[in-house]
Amino acid sequence: MHKYRFSRKSLGVPYALFLLIFVAAPLFVLIYYAFTNGRGQFTLQNLTGFFSDPNTLGTLFYSFGIAFATTVVCLLLAYPTAYVLAASRLRAKSVLIMIFIMPMWINFSLRITALKEILTWLEGSLAYHPFLNTVLGMSYDFLPFMILPIYTTISKLDGALLEAAKDLGAGDAQAFLRVTLPLSLPGVISGVSMVFLPAMTNYVVLDMLYNSTYIMGSLIGSYFSAYNWHGGSMIALILLGIICLFTLLTGGMEEENTRGGALL
Amino acid sequence: MEDKTNIIELKHITKTYEDGFSAVSDLNLEVKRGEFITFLGPSGCGKTTTLRMIAGFDVPTEGEILLNGKPITELPPNKRPVNTVFQRYALFPHMNIYENIAFGLKQKKMPEHVIAKKVRKVLELVDLEGFEKRRIDTLSGGQQQRVAIARAVVNEPEILLLDEPLGALDLKMRKEMQLELKEMHRELGITFIYVTHDQEEALTMSDKIVVMSEGKMQQIGTPEDIYNEPINAFVADFIGESNIFNGIMTGELKARFCGGEFVCVDDVKEGTHITAVVRPEDVILTAPEKGIIRGNVTSVIFKGIHYEITVESGKNEIVAQSVNSAVPGERVGVYVEPDNIHIMIAEDNTNIFDGEINKNYELEYNGRVLDVSLTDIIKGSRMSEDGTLLDAGGSEIDIEKVKIKISIQPQSIELTDDQEEGLVQGCISNMIYKGDHYSYVIHTDLEQDFVVDDEYLWNMEDQVGLVMPVEKMKFKVKR
Repeated sequence: MHKYRFSRKSLGVPYALFLLIFVAAPLFVLIYYAFTNGRGQFTLQNLTGFFSDPNTLGTLFYSFGIAFATTVVCLLLAYPTAYVLAASRLRAKSVLIMIFIMPMWINFSLRITALKEILTWLEGSLAYHPFLNTVLGMSYDFLPFMILPIYTTISKLDGALLEAAKDLGAGDAQAFLRVTLPLSLPGVISGVSMVFLPAMTNYVVLDMLYNSTYIMGSLIGSYFSAYNWHGGSMIALILLGIICLFTLLTGGMEEENTRGGALL
Repeated sequence: MEDKTNIIELKHITKTYEDGFSAVSDLNLEVKRGEFITFLGPSGCGKTTTLRMIAGFDVPTEGEILLNGKPITELPPNKRPVNTVFQRYALFPHMNIYENIAFGLKQKKMPEHVIAKKVRKVLELVDLEGFEKRRIDTLSGGQQQRVAIARAVVNEPEILLLDEPLGALDLKMRKEMQLELKEMHRELGITFIYVTHDQEEALTMSDKIVVMSEGKMQQIGTPEDIYNEPINAFVADFIGESNIFNGIMTGELKARFCGGEFVCVDDVKEGTHITAVVRPEDVILTAPEKGIIRGNVTSVIFKGIHYEITVESGKNEIVAQSVNSAVPGERVGVYVEPDNIHIMIAEDNTNIFDGEINKNYELEYNGRVLDVSLTDIIKGSRMSEDGTLLDAGGSEIDIEKVKIKISIQPQSIELTDDQEEGLVQGCISNMIYKGDHYSYVIHTDLEQDFVVDDEYLWNMEDQVGLVMPVEKMKFKVKR
């Protein structure tokens, strides 16, 4: 008689089921809808439609623009902050880091609402600078995700490397440019991917700041609320493709960098 | 001809950290051009801090550093003609070997073809020809070590600083690199300042050794000097293996230690506390009647070219090295040639003796419990609820491994007729009148000599008790 035996592999079953039901199955449904029309026939029309419609393409570029601007703003703010935090010998360091992380503890919509009030007060009306406001809102939201990985890589950097650079004749600027900066790239890359990708799709910030322009997230939503499941699925699939591509790209770079970093 | 000018001078260098810890105190040192000088000492003795101050990573709190006669105390490291080989190499992981070695030359804005030539030459020097394009993480520890050396010497520094560069290598590799470094020193002709805690490494490689302990220079000299004429018990103990005994001069060229009276060649005044050092290879084991002292063999260990034989004589242990084996339990005599006894005057006449910890965690001497708590003696320790002694980290202290040195000044001991009143008993074996008091030497029943300053007159051979107030004692923990 064959008796069922509990092994360590059995522990994976719930997760496998989860994957199957909530990741694999929806993905297949998504692909199915993306390549069929209303009558259930195979078609590429959704794909060609996306790339021939100036509205959808415009949304793609606009999303890209917002994500790019947000990432740049976050990076410019986060790198110096993380660097100063990591390099300082302050005892109150953990408190400082806490200050940067603390906004994450406050409800997201509350934060954006507060920002909305401040921006309205400053600009008169939110309608004047929708792009700027969105970038500001997203940067405010995503900044900790940029600071943390950069801070971690810089603080893990072996101090002896900087001493070695100075010992070999490099001034502070040269030591930073040739040692600290290249070795902190893995942190920058993970920070970028943690900010750029959500910024492409997070339309809640736009909504709350009364930016009525569609970005990828809201575009997909609008298709589904108009019962155009096929078109919406295709856009979702395209977005998925872009994210995959981006992840592969940065992941590859990161590996290249951490191979050397493994020595640290 | 060798140039004998000083390349670097340290003048009254003191380094105190913010938390009050003094890493180096009042260090004075002159290093001659082209010398291979080694800072030797246990970890925390200040040797690395000294090196870092020469490199410019640390600035001394007091004192001055002169390079070629010019003060460089506050000059940043990138402005000093000095390069460092770091303890764990500190090679740049994101650069290949060529880029690592070329780093310093690029900072000097040398033309690329000159750099390429120099890198090739230095790779030849360290036996890594053709490794230019290799990544750092594809190299073995020994190869990384060579790259680290190449990266430093390619800049043609006036002084090469090496901070325990061989510490991470295995024994065989270390021996090889020692010889190679020595060879490199000869080839390059630049000054090497080397830091190590490995006394054998220091003895093998250096022209001159600086022995350091607790931030102070203990002794400076050639390896031979340091080995043969250690200046104090610390150096003797740290360099090579030594039998070290506390003793006392009992006459002209006569010293009593280890329970016997030995003839020596150092002329030290009678009645002085001394430290006697005898190297194990100089201990001669003889028939019991031919030895100055007698004892029983307690252990014999075969060490390849010799046997290491431990002899117990009274309360003393003597380690001997001999090509002839012995049998544990055998009764032997111990003899040392006068020439091989190195006598050092003890810093002062402080009486030092070993306390014992009993199983109730009390400090004992001569079978009597001293009225002092162990938790006060061992810093940061405390008693646990189930009655064991814990250290600051919370783990149990093995009392077998802890020794407590008790010291007391001669004037703090009182002599008494009532022998039972004394912590220890003995007979007066020597007395010197010192103007306002007598300085007595009391040979105790535990075979130890105490120096006691007392204003009253006693007679030679008097049996006395030694009263030692606990509050006058100082305690030092040795593990």
